[in-house]
Amino acid sequence: MRNLTYAEALSEGLVQAMEQDPAIFVTGIAVDYSSGIFGTTVEALRRFGPSRVFDAPAMENALTGIAIGAAAMGKRPVVVHPRNDFMFLAFDQLINLAAKWRYMYGGRAGRVPVVVRAVVGKGWGQGATHSQSLHATLAHFPGLKVVLPALPADAKGLTLAALQDDGPVVILEHRSLFGLSGPVPEEPVPTPLGVANVVRAGTDVTVVAASLMVVEALRAAAELEKEGVSVEVVDIRSVRPLDEATILASVRKTGRLLVADTSWELYGVSSEVAALAAERAFADLKGPVRRLALANCPAPVSAPLEAAFYPKASTIATAVLSMLRRTAGPLGGIDPADDFKGPY
Amino acid sequence: MHSPTIETRRRLYQSVLRLRRTEERLAALYRDQEMRTPTHFGVGQEAVAAGVCEALDAQDVVYSHHRCHNHYLARGGSVFALAAELYGRDEGCSRGRGGSVHLTGPDHGFMISSAILGQTIAVATGSALAFKMDGVPRVAVAFFGDAACEEGIFYESLNYAATHGLPVLLVCENNLYSTESPLQVRQPSGTQLCERAAAFKLRAEQVDGNDVFAVHQAASRLLDGVRQGRGPAFLECMTYRWLEHVGPCFDHEMNRSYRSREELEAWMERCPLRRAGDALLAQGAATRDELEAWRVDVDHEVEEAVARAKAGSWPEPESLFDNVY
Repeated sequence: MRNLTYAEALSEGLVQAMEQDPAIFVTGIAVDYSSGIFGTTVEALRRFGPSRVFDAPAMENALTGIAIGAAAMGKRPVVVHPRNDFMFLAFDQLINLAAKWRYMYGGRAGRVPVVVRAVVGKGWGQGATHSQSLHATLAHFPGLKVVLPALPADAKGLTLAALQDDGPVVILEHRSLFGLSGPVPEEPVPTPLGVANVVRAGTDVTVVAASLMVVEALRAAAELEKEGVSVEVVDIRSVRPLDEATILASVRKTGRLLVADTSWELYGVSSEVAALAAERAFADLKGPVRRLALANCPAPVSAPLEAAFYPKASTIATAVLSMLRRTAGPLGGIDPADDFKGPY
Repeated sequence: MHSPTIETRRRLYQSVLRLRRTEERLAALYRDQEMRTPTHFGVGQEAVAAGVCEALDAQDVVYSHHRCHNHYLARGGSVFALAAELYGRDEGCSRGRGGSVHLTGPDHGFMISSAILGQTIAVATGSALAFKMDGVPRVAVAFFGDAACEEGIFYESLNYAATHGLPVLLVCENNLYSTESPLQVRQPSGTQLCERAAAFKLRAEQVDGNDVFAVHQAASRLLDGVRQGRGPAFLECMTYRWLEHVGPCFDHEMNRSYRSREELEAWMERCPLRRAGDALLAQGAATRDELEAWRVDVDHEVEEAVARAKAGSWPEPESLFDNVY
């Protein structure tokens, strides 16, 4: 299988979906710029033109409502937020209407297949309002589907699945992953929504990870293998619906659970997965569940503060070793240098 | 250019009559505490819904707000499905999942109503975007109140609709109050909402919202332009709600002082139903006997519908999770 970057995979998924379905259009700030949302909408614009890929004013809430109204008339709009944080302004339409549409109107008003793509920033001094990931907040509300592709194949596959789904779907794409390369099928193969993926099999500890933390967990697992520790990594992929069966099967197998997330612990996905294990796999647990997430403060800008703010491969490896009551050697070497140069 | 036929004028009256008699009957029944859903009755504002909806085609789509019964009915919704929704019955238009503020009836061109101020202005704008993309001669309409014009989404939507030249008619029902807050604490003195709409390059008109014929004429005029591809239009209808913000009572019954009984009575003098009836009689377009016969017919429809709605079935608890995704 040929390799694509995460950004190329997002683009290919979008283009193939648009080829299959003429009802799909893409809008949002900067979608038709030459930079094309870090390259992910350039090919769609080239292929399908400005009638299907077009810019929008900065009006996140109305734009989401407009997408809902177009979807109610048979369109499949894709609304793009170049940064997650701006999506707070769209919460009324997204949560009060899109998420509830099918239920609240008794199934009689049809469905609103709106897809929202939102990019999560990290590092490079992007600071408190350009780096948040809203997946736990959005996933709290029944009616939305919320997915976080971590690997290039899922960047394409989840895009395809979202654009075939009949309800609203939010895709949270992590900016730090856009350059990640990996095998991606050439055919339009959707990744089913609501299904987690065991991306590395192991026997000692389960790491359930979301988005960028999947890649960090894989890096940690490779290092820990040298120490004789076998880590199973579960890519959560979808936080609503949540694939409880895959998570529980892994926890029951290893008896130890670490959850690594790209947002905060409190009321977040790491807490949800920990609660799932406590309620449904308690007897299989050999020790306390651990959570690894953002430090409990807003995202700082200055480099040493940023370094202390984000969990990374070495943090995961250290936590896994401590869960096994083993002491950690120097692990900082497994964290790649931050060579991000933008565009942010 | 639009001189409505006698048949149109008679239909406009009949529509106002049907809305009035339905809403008054529902408000009376509401006092029994068997309709357990917050309800914003539209008594006094019927001419807006009746006048605008008469000017629409079957393929057009209507969106509404929390005070939505008039629009639902004027667009051809059944009294039965509305009453059943208020009673929480499975036969309700939203199967008892929505309540008074979340009505739907796509089969007759009423998409949805919603409780959040201004929300459906954007949604109607989006339906209009779809119509324009498809090159179909359909129009989307959003009804909303004067308070929605204080929401940011109103301006976002106007800006977008005008920028893209979308076929959407925005109908503001200005009833002077947002819950209990009068205009003067919410908008600068001398505010004309039409000026605001015109600033966004919309064609805008203000009309007596208690004159169903005037509303119909103004809506028809603006819709002509919308259908000709001249972009969105804004219609402000000056009107007044007779009942409390939410619930079946008059404010004076509840000893509320935010507006006076004299003010209410002055507006009741401008009753849209009586004015429409007087006009028909004065023009010889209907007789008193006909008006009375129509009233009897409507009352019969309403009585039959509410009785059947009340006797409807509760949703099965097992259906709680239907249609979540």
